[in-house]
Amino acid sequence: MLHTLAVLVENHPGVLMRVVGLFARRAYNIDSLSVCQTENPSISRMTIVVSGDDSIIEQVSKQLYKLVVVHKVTDLTNEPIIDRELALVRVRVNAESRLEVLHTVNVFRGRVVDMGRSNITVEITGDGQKIDAFVRTMRPYGLLELVRTGTIAVMRSDG
Amino acid sequence: MNGAEVLLEALEQEEVEDIFGYPGAVLLALLDALLRSKIRHILVRHEQGAVHAADGYARVNSKVGVCLATSGPGATNLVTGIANAYMDSIPMVILTGQVSTELLGTDSFQEADITGITIPITKHSYIVKDAAQLPRIVKEAFYLARTGRPGPVLIDLPKDILNQEVKKTASSKMTLKNYKVFGKGNTGQIEEFAKSIANSLKPVIYGGGGIIWAGATGPLRNLVEKCNLPVVSTLMGLGCLPSDHPNFLGMAGMHGTVTANYALDDCDLLIALGVRFDDRVTSGLGNKFATKAKIVHIDIDPAEIGKVVRANVPIVGDVYLVLEELVSRLVPPKITQWWEQIHSWQKSYPLRYEQDGRLSPQIILESIAETAGDDAVIVTDVGQHQMWVAQCYPFKYPRQLVTSGGLGTMGFGLPAAVGAQVAQPEKNIVLITGDGSLQMTIQELATIVQHQLPVKIVLMNNGVLGLVRQWQKMFYDERFSEIQLHANPDFVKVAEAYGIKGIRVTSAQDVKPCLTKAMAYPGPVLMDFVISPDEVVLPMVVPGNAITDMLGR
Repeated sequence: MLHTLAVLVENHPGVLMRVVGLFARRAYNIDSLSVCQTENPSISRMTIVVSGDDSIIEQVSKQLYKLVVVHKVTDLTNEPIIDRELALVRVRVNAESRLEVLHTVNVFRGRVVDMGRSNITVEITGDGQKIDAFVRTMRPYGLLELVRTGTIAVMRSDG
Repeated sequence: MNGAEVLLEALEQEEVEDIFGYPGAVLLALLDALLRSKIRHILVRHEQGAVHAADGYARVNSKVGVCLATSGPGATNLVTGIANAYMDSIPMVILTGQVSTELLGTDSFQEADITGITIPITKHSYIVKDAAQLPRIVKEAFYLARTGRPGPVLIDLPKDILNQEVKKTASSKMTLKNYKVFGKGNTGQIEEFAKSIANSLKPVIYGGGGIIWAGATGPLRNLVEKCNLPVVSTLMGLGCLPSDHPNFLGMAGMHGTVTANYALDDCDLLIALGVRFDDRVTSGLGNKFATKAKIVHIDIDPAEIGKVVRANVPIVGDVYLVLEELVSRLVPPKITQWWEQIHSWQKSYPLRYEQDGRLSPQIILESIAETAGDDAVIVTDVGQHQMWVAQCYPFKYPRQLVTSGGLGTMGFGLPAAVGAQVAQPEKNIVLITGDGSLQMTIQELATIVQHQLPVKIVLMNNGVLGLVRQWQKMFYDERFSEIQLHANPDFVKVAEAYGIKGIRVTSAQDVKPCLTKAMAYPGPVLMDFVISPDEVVLPMVVPGNAITDMLGR
């Protein structure tokens, strides 16, 4: 099962290596990882999607806490969260398919960010499933390039 | 002041008296400052010697051990010793020289990314970028090394930082915002722990190195005697209860006593104190270990709880504080039948060896125990001799055994004995080693001579790598491969070449007189005991099988 962990860490050089190295040497699988500075410039936030059962996730979390650079680990999996990925998708189009593709992009609330003679580039955000669905829909037209970020997530406010 | 002087001052603040090290070019400023410092530098012959010596020093004195090496190869030579300290949770601060900051990352001469290399085997590490930060970094490093679950912390010191003139140093105030040290256990869980004891019919305590490092042997003894509980220990836990205590069943695991393993398997309450369910105890079968038992697991490291086996009553905390809080709640269980069972196992399966007049390892160990005195510290290397020591030696108190447990590092013994003797100049330090292990770090014989350390070296010399040979004998139809040490030197002559008294012993009746003479001798002695390569360590759990499946019962 996939778990989404929010990990607050010190914003120092080498911190990413400590965290990623821990996953590698203990054979935990990272599905996706995204890192950014937070509202506090001395703290970075890693959103790590990791696969494993509850006991593995508990170990991951405990091992992460042993790193001096890790401040807080939150398992967002069973929490009400908003999670997003961003994808840039370049699709082949021709005179015949262009309108159909643009229509589909609209349905998915994507944005066309570049247009060439024979292809268009679409920016799309959403949770992983939505992006999967969009990519699936575009594939028959000819998927030329796909760039996709890892998940980022925040907990919903409690009212 | 320059960075080197700031560093030494910070080390003095941490009450460092001894550093084990080896020089190099990037350390010149520090070596120069050492001339004006109260701190004693013990010069070894190889950096691995420095780190193992700091390790032995820490184990004997329960202080943070400190070692020093230069950049590049000096630093990488420490790696085995750092891993060794990490596996056995030994408090240590490692100081490494590094190339100047402007050369970092350019593959410059004697550059190695030692902080990167050691991430998996250190509790934490620092690379110093400003000498003014040294007081804080040193303070944090020592604090991290000795608190919570102890471990090695590395400080990488670029050459220009050691030379950097510092007008005013920053404060030594620590900035470890999120580092948490667990102290007292959860009171509700401790009540549950007490209830579990009161209701148990077949309880057993499984005690490890955590008891020793928590200084919890007193509360352990209270618990044991108040409730008449049986105790088995890990290799790292030997000495947590005197081995002649009636409640002590011996070491558990691969080469443990049959009774200890049967008790672990049959118990209905397993009280795990400062242990990590190592595969040398569980036979790597966490899910088939103590299956009938309710498991109470107390450890200062939350990540150890639930890592290998389920814990029914998990308690995160300092085992000393947990046992102190437990004592007032204790109700002794009714376990007469359990003791009858245990005594019948002890009667049926004692540790035994043939006394046929040959020079056996056990005769050597018995004679050491008779001649070295009750307060002697026993240091071992890794191999058969180590297991014989663990099985037979009558340990009386904690920190009496210095041995490489988790990593099983051959070559640990001699340098660790250096550290132990520096830590305890008045005590008899007896190194028990093998001809394989000794040759891995034999250069440290020069260190014991240079620093006049009267280490007594007991070499069990069988001319082979005995433990591997034993496995080949038992599980590979005696197809002996790569275990003959054909070109062994004459160890007596080697000792003499270093200026150490060397004695060879080839018969059983000479063992005790030789040891008596050696213990009375004021300087170091190397005793070369020639034993048979056919000596084996028994009993032994068949690898991969449950811990009750023991050969040599």
